Amino acid sequence: MTATEIKTKTASWLDERLPLSAIREFLDHKTVPVHSATRWYYFGGITLFLFGVQIVTGLLLMLYYRPTVAESFDSVRFIMTRVQFGWLVRSIHSWSANLLIFVAFVHMFSVAFTHAYRRPRELTWLSGIALLGLMLAFGFSGYLLPWNQISYFATKVGTDVAASTPIVGEALARFLRGGDDVGSATLTRFFAFHVILLPMIAGGLVALHLLLVQTSGMSTPPWIPESRVRQMRFFPNFFLREVMVWYGALAVLGALAAIFPWELGEKADPFASAPKGIRPEWYFLATFYTLKLIPSHVWIFEGEIMGLLGFAVLAVGWALLPFWGVTRAGEARTRVVTGIGVALVSYLITFTILGYYK
Amino acid sequence: MLSWVVGGGALASIASFLYPVIRFMAPPQVTEAAVNEVAAGKVQDLKPNSGKIIKFGNKPALLVRVNQTDWKAFSAVCTHLNCTVQYRDTTQQIWCACHNGTYDMTGRVVSGPPPRGLEEFAVNVRGDDVVISKRT
Repeated sequence: MTATEIKTKTASWLDERLPLSAIREFLDHKTVPVHSATRWYYFGGITLFLFGVQIVTGLLLMLYYRPTVAESFDSVRFIMTRVQFGWLVRSIHSWSANLLIFVAFVHMFSVAFTHAYRRPRELTWLSGIALLGLMLAFGFSGYLLPWNQISYFATKVGTDVAASTPIVGEALARFLRGGDDVGSATLTRFFAFHVILLPMIAGGLVALHLLLVQTSGMSTPPWIPESRVRQMRFFPNFFLREVMVWYGALAVLGALAAIFPWELGEKADPFASAPKGIRPEWYFLATFYTLKLIPSHVWIFEGEIMGLLGFAVLAVGWALLPFWGVTRAGEARTRVVTGIGVALVSYLITFTILGYYK
Repeated sequence: MLSWVVGGGALASIASFLYPVIRFMAPPQVTEAAVNEVAAGKVQDLKPNSGKIIKFGNKPALLVRVNQTDWKAFSAVCTHLNCTVQYRDTTQQIWCACHNGTYDMTGRVVSGPPPRGLEEFAVNVRGDDVVISKRT
């Protein structure tokens, strides 16, 4: 039997058992619009790629990591100092987590500024926002796992923020901490959230988000006339370009991980003062710095509660963009959305920089 | 009618699966023996105008030796977002590094976001031993 015959027989065997011809048919007809804003389409793909990097490196780290207060810090140190390429795997996991959140933010704002949230893509936007929330939850839960001084205090502050939620706050904080304080029960819970619960939810949401992107197709910004848009085949033309972008992302990731290896810091001590210069991961810096600026009391309310209420209103308002960002006729309110988007981006950048340096 | 019975039954069975799961995830209340007094070390362990964190039950407390003879102790849990505070010898104030809250040596808020002052404990020096206790 020749190689061609083996190939043909295998293909027909698989064709009988899997919907391969339907997939081929779909890929043959799927196209991507080509215009001045096409480059923003790549950011969703980069986010997906980095999510894949997180799964692979996370699985590798789990081979050595031990989620107990007594062993977690030492097990991460062991990974970094004794395991071959351990420093690289851990560093890539940390850098990739940060880049993922950055790229997800860029993706979200690019969707907002190109008004791709319009009908019929409301659910695509909402599932994307839920995924961004999940990525932040991944970041928050993963931050504690090395059990170092900074992550310990960041978790204390973070869970206390949860405790400020009206009515359910205390129960929520106890649920997150596994008790009254951040301790061994918190570490076990965060590990379970980080490696089982959140990946399960994220897997389902990623599948839904991708399905919605496939069924609705790519959106073209409202200011580009249909006549000026040509189409590119998704496979192989766009797909190969996307793969090249992924290679670029991998190169950046590898360079960052090798040149700036992620530090481990000092082991957490629950009976030490919070160290000077303590701050959360960069994606929580804007919130952190805003909370720092709000006075202890605003009128008769505690400043902290007012600040958190403000963030909650802002987040919910932004998540509902597909419903207020369009006119009754379904057209994008381009000026309003762009204005609010620019204000939000400016606030996030300014306060993140101030939170870092002040 | 049949759809109501089937639907209600399905909902009830889902609720009967979820209820124990949710209850399981809520951590049980663990009652710990109340601590009202702890030995905080020896007098000579702490220099004048310095402070240290000590264990007060399962919470941190801040012991400050103000000068040769005066001692102060407070809960070290910042009232803003639960960080552990520290004594700053340069300003002779208590400071939280997390959100820059400061308290004076009576535990009152001087600046920053903390909504309330720190709980103050009583300090007794018995010979060489420093003992801190909750105020009654």
